Amino acid sequence: MSDAVIKCESVYKIFGENAEKMLQEANGNVNAKTFQENGCIVGVNNASFEVAKGEMLVVMGLSGSGKSTLLRCISRLTEATGGKIFIEGQDLLKLNNKDLIDLRRNKMGMVFQSFALLPHKTVLENIAFPLQIKGINTDDSISKAMDMVKLVGLDGRENYFPRELSGGQQQRVGIARSLAVEPDIWFLDEPFSALDPLIRKEMQDEFLRLQDKLQKTIMFITHDFDEALKLADRIAIMKDGIIEQLDTPAKIVLNPATEYVRKFTEEVPREKVLLIEDVMDQSTNDNLGDLRVLKDEIIENVAEKILTQEKTVGVIDRDKNIIGSINPTKIINTVFGGRKNGN
Amino acid sequence: MEFLKKNPKIFQWLFLLIVFFSLCFAIEVPETYKFIRGQAEFVKDPNQSTFVFAGKEVRYYAFDVFWRLPPLLGWLPIWINDSLVFLMNDWMPMEFWNEDTQEFKTRPLLVEITRKISFFMTFLIELIREILIGGLNTVVTFTSWDWISENPWAELPGLPWTIVTAGAVLLSYHLSGKGLALFAGLVLVYISTFGQWKPSMQTLSFILVAAPLSFIFGLGLGIAAFKSKRLEKALYPILLVMQTMPQYAVLVPAMVLFGVGDHAAVIITMVVAIPPMILLTLLGLRAIPPEIIESGKMSGCNNWQLMFKVLIPTARRDILIGVNQVIMVCFSMAVISAFIAAKGLGYNLLLALNRLDIGMALEAGLCISLIAILLDKMSLAWANKQTDYFGNLTYFERNKNTIFFIGAFVIGIILAYVGTFLFKGTFNYLFEIPHNKGISTADFWNKGVDWIFDTFFVYIKAFNTWLIQEVLQPMRALYLRMPAVATIVLVVGAGYLIGGIRSALVVCGLTLFIALSPWWDRALVTTYMATFGVIVSCLIGFTVGTLSFQSKGAAKFMLGVCDIFQTFPSFVYLIPVMMLFGITDTSVLIAVIVYATIPATRYTIEGLRSVPIGLHEAATMSGVNKFQRLTKIEFPLAFPHMMLGLNQTIVFALFMVIIGAFIGTEDLGQYILKALSDKNGAGIGLTLGICVAFIGLIFDNLIRTWVGKRKKHLGIA
Repeated sequence: MSDAVIKCESVYKIFGENAEKMLQEANGNVNAKTFQENGCIVGVNNASFEVAKGEMLVVMGLSGSGKSTLLRCISRLTEATGGKIFIEGQDLLKLNNKDLIDLRRNKMGMVFQSFALLPHKTVLENIAFPLQIKGINTDDSISKAMDMVKLVGLDGRENYFPRELSGGQQQRVGIARSLAVEPDIWFLDEPFSALDPLIRKEMQDEFLRLQDKLQKTIMFITHDFDEALKLADRIAIMKDGIIEQLDTPAKIVLNPATEYVRKFTEEVPREKVLLIEDVMDQSTNDNLGDLRVLKDEIIENVAEKILTQEKTVGVIDRDKNIIGSINPTKIINTVFGGRKNGN
Repeated sequence: MEFLKKNPKIFQWLFLLIVFFSLCFAIEVPETYKFIRGQAEFVKDPNQSTFVFAGKEVRYYAFDVFWRLPPLLGWLPIWINDSLVFLMNDWMPMEFWNEDTQEFKTRPLLVEITRKISFFMTFLIELIREILIGGLNTVVTFTSWDWISENPWAELPGLPWTIVTAGAVLLSYHLSGKGLALFAGLVLVYISTFGQWKPSMQTLSFILVAAPLSFIFGLGLGIAAFKSKRLEKALYPILLVMQTMPQYAVLVPAMVLFGVGDHAAVIITMVVAIPPMILLTLLGLRAIPPEIIESGKMSGCNNWQLMFKVLIPTARRDILIGVNQVIMVCFSMAVISAFIAAKGLGYNLLLALNRLDIGMALEAGLCISLIAILLDKMSLAWANKQTDYFGNLTYFERNKNTIFFIGAFVIGIILAYVGTFLFKGTFNYLFEIPHNKGISTADFWNKGVDWIFDTFFVYIKAFNTWLIQEVLQPMRALYLRMPAVATIVLVVGAGYLIGGIRSALVVCGLTLFIALSPWWDRALVTTYMATFGVIVSCLIGFTVGTLSFQSKGAAKFMLGVCDIFQTFPSFVYLIPVMMLFGITDTSVLIAVIVYATIPATRYTIEGLRSVPIGLHEAATMSGVNKFQRLTKIEFPLAFPHMMLGLNQTIVFALFMVIIGAFIGTEDLGQYILKALSDKNGAGIGLTLGICVAFIGLIFDNLIRTWVGKRKKHLGIA
């Protein structure tokens, strides 16, 4: 077992009465159409992947693509129809109810799209809820919850009811609640989809700040490709239950695996996503100018500098070794041209 | 013709009506037909036909089947009755140890079970009652009569009214605040000073047993039904029938099983109060968003925690409505169960109404209503109570209510003790103000009634005569003129047009049951009274609702009024109408109208309120005036919800019509009331109750199906 915290092997989720029998008969070759004719709907189709410790995997797909179903299989809110899921090496699907509850109480936290706060409890009580469920006494759980309130910046509102808060504030409560038990694994199911664009951006930045500090292993679900690009270490793009492509943002933008993925990448402002490293030439010639740029600089930040140069610019790594070169034409091509053919 | 082509439904309805009326005219009234008064059908008469089914002989007056169907179900009440008798007397006799006689005794199993339940209930009621007003039955239960005779001091003394009042005030303050505390204080002081203390505490002890038990069982069954689809399917039809079953009808079989007295009253109350609690629990649990359940699971809840810490609190709104219903039913039953000798305010109320002592009835009724409102508000406040975690409170502040109560307890006892010297030779007013020794306004009311009667007698009488002769009698005659077959065609046709074949079959079954029972004529009279009440109620309710909707404050006020009126026990409505119209059908109908207007008004306001704001704005921007907005936008959209109100109005009207039998009507209710004093009444009472329930269910089915379709059509399902 590698250091993968979450590991999925051929996970299937099929809704319908004879789902299990049909899956067995299909012999690993599930065709959504034939299943639908027999009254079964395929939610997740042969999903295999790993999430390493401290990594953020963003699962992106439109509604009905099975992304939420996949997440619910991994948190075992629904039972997967087939396949294997390992959480830190434990076979999740073989856990009995008690162990599963233990796992959720100590290792998992989840944030929901509609916040899913308990309407009868105050902010503080909502956040303290998972702790109290674990059996921690009132004083300790309340003081811990108070720390969480401060972490998400809701001080002064701890005695409000969810209905008295704005959407963004409610989701802060949701985030604080999911972090209260200090889980290693953090599931976020479209956490910012119900929010206004400005608030969403603010929450995304806040989320990155938190993750920088906490370094959780994260599965993040979204239908917003820009959000995925902004947050992800790796992105999994889903369609009709199948993972179409799973890779780093840059690689997805540069090499979309399927026509479907390409459609998403078309409108993406590349200079904001790609790093110098992603577009540089591996070869280095002697004809380099004086300017040097770091390889993990985002193109947008250095484009102006490079474009004012006449000579090819050298690319260096953190130890200042020259590892490649980039010329202004390349930058112009990346930013303005070649979108249609994927480059 | 063009119009009819565009609206095929209207054509179909017209056709149905034409068929109905032609059937009505085609089928002659048989010459021998007359409305059977009293219990004439039980008298042997050579003109009667008979048939024998499963050993039961059924006698009836035969007519042409088109006019009246023969009572093919006439054996059902007799059979139910015989089965009950068999169960109670001969089924599974077993040996039971008898404590008193120290020997084994053979007794049927069911009797033993019902006795055990009765004993348990009696014990609970007596315990609370004796804490409140004193007595020695509870002590006897744990010891024996001999022990009591040897130790004359061993009697629970009961709490002085001052302590109970202080307790109620402090509890209200703790739960809600100054407002409720003040209200609680006023209510209890009123009860005490008007000399209603003892009956009030008797009623209260009954409620304090019946309400929590109903709540617990209702909640439990609701949860069980939520978890098991099969149980829900099995329960649902029973719940539907129970919801529309008149409360009188349950009295009779319960009397056979549990005898008469407070314990039987508690059991009946539970039977009536549990179904709405189950339905509302189920409704609330169903409406919980799936993400809340998931968030509970991800917080690591086990099943128990998920149910009691997540699901039930989230469904609190509907469950609270259930609690409100339970309390309402309990107070309603507190009066009605006076018919089977339950003690308390209800008994006094019934007695006063029987003597036409309107003043006394009014005071007792007011007491019940006030206690009902108080308990309702307290339960609501309890459910909404919040904990404050950061109040850095001193020991005194945290426990001040307990300390105050202990203080009040001591002071109360001292006062009561002082009272024994103060009021030597008379009654100790600081301990308990006995019945009829308090202030009473009964004379004032009675004189008032007399005055109204003397002054307005002519007008009231004229109105009464006019209503009965010009409206009610013709209407009643029309209903009775309907041939059975024509009625069935009308109902089934309506079912088919509204809900297709399925609905048609359901209403056909329900109607046939009534038509084949021996009481079709009576059912028609019940329907006529209910129809009249419903029409007037809806006119008033829709108008009042629409008018008060025009201003936010008025709408809120009207909803508040509806809340309070709904908490009144149904029997209380009979008091003022008897004051004015004496013992006539008019009285019953006016009570029906007042009672049934509540849901009509409430649902109208709620329906109009539910019209989305966006549509209001869109309408305003299209330049409609207020009237156009009401007729073109608000009414069409609110109409489905208003129809649900109509459904409730029908149920309320039927309830009140049956309760009106107490005044003396000639419908199903009269027979139910008669069955109470009949030793073979259980079967009759139950069958009659089912008949009334089915009348309600026919309308319920039609309206709900229509509303469901309409909502889907409007996209607001």
